[in-house]
Amino acid sequence: MKTMKKIASIALATIMVMSMMTGCGNTAADADNSAAAESSVAVDAAATFKIGGIGPITGGAAVYGQAVMNAAELAIAEINAAGGVNGVMFEMNFQDDEHDAEKSVNAYNVVKDWGAQMILGSVTSAPCIAVGQKSFEDNMFQITPSGTAVDCIQYDNAFRLCFSDPNQGAASAKYIGENALAEKVAVIYDSSNAYSSGIYESFAAEAVNYDFEIVAAEAFTEDNNTDFSVQLQKAKDAEADLVFLPIYCKEAAPLLTQADGMGYAPKFFSCDGMDGILSMEGFDAALAEGVMLLTPFAADATDDMTVAFVAAYQEKYGDIPNQFAADSYDTVYAFKAAIEKAGVTPDMSVSDICDALKAAMLEISIDGLTGNGITWTADGEPNKEPKAVIIENGAYKAM
Amino acid sequence: MKVNCLKQKFINLKANKPLRNDLTTYGIVILAYVIIQILGMAGMINSQLKGLLVPICVYAILAVSLNLTVGILGELSLGHAGFMCVGAFTSAFFSKCMVEVIPQAFIRFPLALLIGAASAGLFGVLIGIPVLRLKGDYLAIVTLAFGEIIKNIINTINIGRDSNGLHFSMKSAMDLGMEKDGVFLIKGAMGITGTPGDSNFTVGAVLLLITLFVVLNIVRSRDGRAIMAIRDNVIAAESVGINITKYKLLTFAISAALAGVAGVLYAHNLGSLTATPKTFGYNMSIMILVYVVLGGIGNIRGSMIAAIILYVLPEMLRGLQTYRMLIYAVVLIVMMIYNWAPKSIAWRETHSIKDLLAKAKGAIASKSKKGGN
Amino acid sequence: MEFIEFLINGIRLGSVYALIALGYTMVYGIAKMLNFAHGDVIMVGAFIVYTTCNTLGLSPVVGIIAAVVLCTSLGILIEKIAYKPLRGATSNLAVLITAIGVSYFLQNAALLIFGAAPKNFTSIVPYEGVKLAGGEITIDGETIVIIAVSIVIMIVLSLFIKKTKAGQAMLAVSEDKGAAQLMGINVNGTISLTFAIGSALAAVAGMLFCSVYPGLSSTTGSMPGIKAFTAAVFGGIGSIPGAFIGGILLGVIENLSKAYISTQLSDAIVFSILIIVLLVKPTGLLGKNIQEKV
Repeated sequence: MKTMKKIASIALATIMVMSMMTGCGNTAADADNSAAAESSVAVDAAATFKIGGIGPITGGAAVYGQAVMNAAELAIAEINAAGGVNGVMFEMNFQDDEHDAEKSVNAYNVVKDWGAQMILGSVTSAPCIAVGQKSFEDNMFQITPSGTAVDCIQYDNAFRLCFSDPNQGAASAKYIGENALAEKVAVIYDSSNAYSSGIYESFAAEAVNYDFEIVAAEAFTEDNNTDFSVQLQKAKDAEADLVFLPIYCKEAAPLLTQADGMGYAPKFFSCDGMDGILSMEGFDAALAEGVMLLTPFAADATDDMTVAFVAAYQEKYGDIPNQFAADSYDTVYAFKAAIEKAGVTPDMSVSDICDALKAAMLEISIDGLTGNGITWTADGEPNKEPKAVIIENGAYKAM
Repeated sequence: MKVNCLKQKFINLKANKPLRNDLTTYGIVILAYVIIQILGMAGMINSQLKGLLVPICVYAILAVSLNLTVGILGELSLGHAGFMCVGAFTSAFFSKCMVEVIPQAFIRFPLALLIGAASAGLFGVLIGIPVLRLKGDYLAIVTLAFGEIIKNIINTINIGRDSNGLHFSMKSAMDLGMEKDGVFLIKGAMGITGTPGDSNFTVGAVLLLITLFVVLNIVRSRDGRAIMAIRDNVIAAESVGINITKYKLLTFAISAALAGVAGVLYAHNLGSLTATPKTFGYNMSIMILVYVVLGGIGNIRGSMIAAIILYVLPEMLRGLQTYRMLIYAVVLIVMMIYNWAPKSIAWRETHSIKDLLAKAKGAIASKSKKGGN
Repeated sequence: MEFIEFLINGIRLGSVYALIALGYTMVYGIAKMLNFAHGDVIMVGAFIVYTTCNTLGLSPVVGIIAAVVLCTSLGILIEKIAYKPLRGATSNLAVLITAIGVSYFLQNAALLIFGAAPKNFTSIVPYEGVKLAGGEITIDGETIVIIAVSIVIMIVLSLFIKKTKAGQAMLAVSEDKGAAQLMGINVNGTISLTFAIGSALAAVAGMLFCSVYPGLSSTTGSMPGIKAFTAAVFGGIGSIPGAFIGGILLGVIENLSKAYISTQLSDAIVFSILIIVLLVKPTGLLGKNIQEKV
């Protein structure tokens, strides 16, 4: 009986080690292979630009990672169908990190073995910081579509496409102050989330320069993100006429429902994390009536690019894309623009590509879903304007 | 003479089964280390495996140390990740503060290790006190609660340093009121970023060996027999004069300190350290418990091997993309039933590999006979 | 006034915990196992209601029936596949680990079936709230329903176990499986029945939980599951009134500490109080204290 057990475990271990040795490159899911095959340009398998994608596609944060993965696939398929970058196709291998720094580094190593030449990710902040350290050691070019924490791009090989937290918080405070939207402001934020607490901090720092007062700042945590009655009650008791919500729609939807249930109807102001709220399944859009948000992307904007993107995304994946998807889509086009500018070729070394792209990033300007004429500075931050929109009659309207 | 002496030792070794067993355990670790180092030098290891080596050591240490509480002391603990968290944060805080004062990693890291282990051990004693009163699931929930408290509190701590010295706040990073030149050491939910990367596979393997050495020595010692006596029958143990309080606290403290060591290794392996539910919450504690139970309760080598297999398994399933965690869950259930179900054990007894081989031989023999006809 | 609002919200939260804890404690009391997958059955129940009502547009009554029936079958199925083979294993930790496996399985299956995007659950409670004290205090319909349902279920469960033959069989199985078998009780059947009832309770808890707190995703059940487990231990695990009292107290403590101490540290406070209570009363508030005999 013991022998059987031993044999079983040894067999299992051997299989694992063997598959390790042979490398996991062959098991990598080449989701965009089909797209590459469709295109008329015949490409040598070796001569592609390999993008390693990293983000959570299982677990509690899967909604963000899957949006990034899907939109990147979509953008790559589009670019490849149109003839690629300077005639070279893109190829992507997207690996799961379960929103965990350690798993994110594992995922990075997997895509590195696969031969990735540039990294798209990580999607969430803390994993992105850990991966940034590794990609810096290898001098691999990295753009995070959505890692908002300042430290995500602390090294010069990394850029980001989204706004950083300080950027959004300060912009929100400025907007509220300059337009005199409120006198008493309450903030409800997720203290266990880097994005949310980062925005809150910069918001509060900037708020002292304006004419409104923060009367309540109430936090919740990831473990406690279903019941907001206490936070809302406190905001109500402090007589706040505007509630600032630097949180994702996952929490915002139940929060708005509960506020409605208790008969509390202040103005709500939010950031880009909120943008998926109207397309959230089961959410009564009437509850979001009058909510204002600063976001670079709104899924029902009427410009051609957004309309085409949303239609294509919906057809392929069945969901309405959120801001993560839009950031990811633009990231792939940023890769494309930088490669075209730098004129790199797939046969160059990872480090050479990185150096060339780093320089090229400062010179390019792209028109994307999340802004026109986006440019980058040497510290990796994008230069784009957040747009303020208000939800009216169940749709976003520019303010 | 010398030969005789060696011979004598060898005979002793043959007779002493536990000792032989322990040596095999150390041997496995050393052999694995050597093989991987040789393969590494030959350039035959890919970055994926290289990246997994330190985490493997971390989880093996955690599993072995939890087995001390669960298997040897016989108390269910669901807060092991809490001790790891204490070790990780105290040591990372120390390293981050001292990175300029002590630039040499070979001095700084051992100090960090000591601090991490000592603080986790201290918490082990703290949690050990309620352990003396509680049993079974009540104890399990207290340890779980403890782990959650640690995680919750660490997520609210902000510490910064500027020209005026250290600042501390449990509200938000802004309440630190730092000067412009200030740097955050611990920033609430963002935890600690930029811990020096002092961990590597050699350090991990040495720490794993030390952990094994400590745990196996306790098990084989007089203390270990006393602890196991408590596990098997408290009243009987008490009646023969075993000091229950002392041994329970001792076990808890050692187990916690070793978990702290794993935390130190973990913290110095990654550029960012955050106390999320996934990394230090009850989910992680339960995961470590899974390693222990699957490897065999009280079986030290087993928990080490189970930790390695179960940690590597989801990494191997990466090709399945979104399906991988589903498959992992199925494999986990199947492995548990295979290893533990009374029926499966009985089946394995009747279908031992020897019998199968004998049967196969017979079958081949009869087949060849038939073929001959 | 403010305090009363906080208290009412706390009781609402507590009733949800109580409802989940009743299922936990029931399974624990009879099958002597911690069913870590209980929280995920809650999530499945909520998703079934969501699918029938929001996606298919059927009436909530259909959704409730579908959820109870399907979750009951799911509970029996889980018990048959994952727990029953391990009955009689040398350590009762083995079945705890398969329960965790089942929990992972349900979460990941839900993620694949329903997608990663969170859903907003529409309340199945059709009643309007009531206003007290001249409109200063509002108690919404969900709160009233959930408190009523948890009280009714607690009473029915207690009566079921005390007064019916099946309930008595459950008690017998919980005391001594071997002796129960000898008395002609179908032990396997009784344990299956326990899981069936526990899972039906989970379905009810799931839909009510999501009616009050409408965010629904594949991980919805895990934190309430752990909190309810805490509540069950708090009240004395295995005791049905204990689970109810434990749940209510936990909810009230959590809400009041959020209101008056810190919204971030409420979990730490709840768990600290739990530890203190267990130090004073090592088997929970209403738990039986069994003296170990030599």
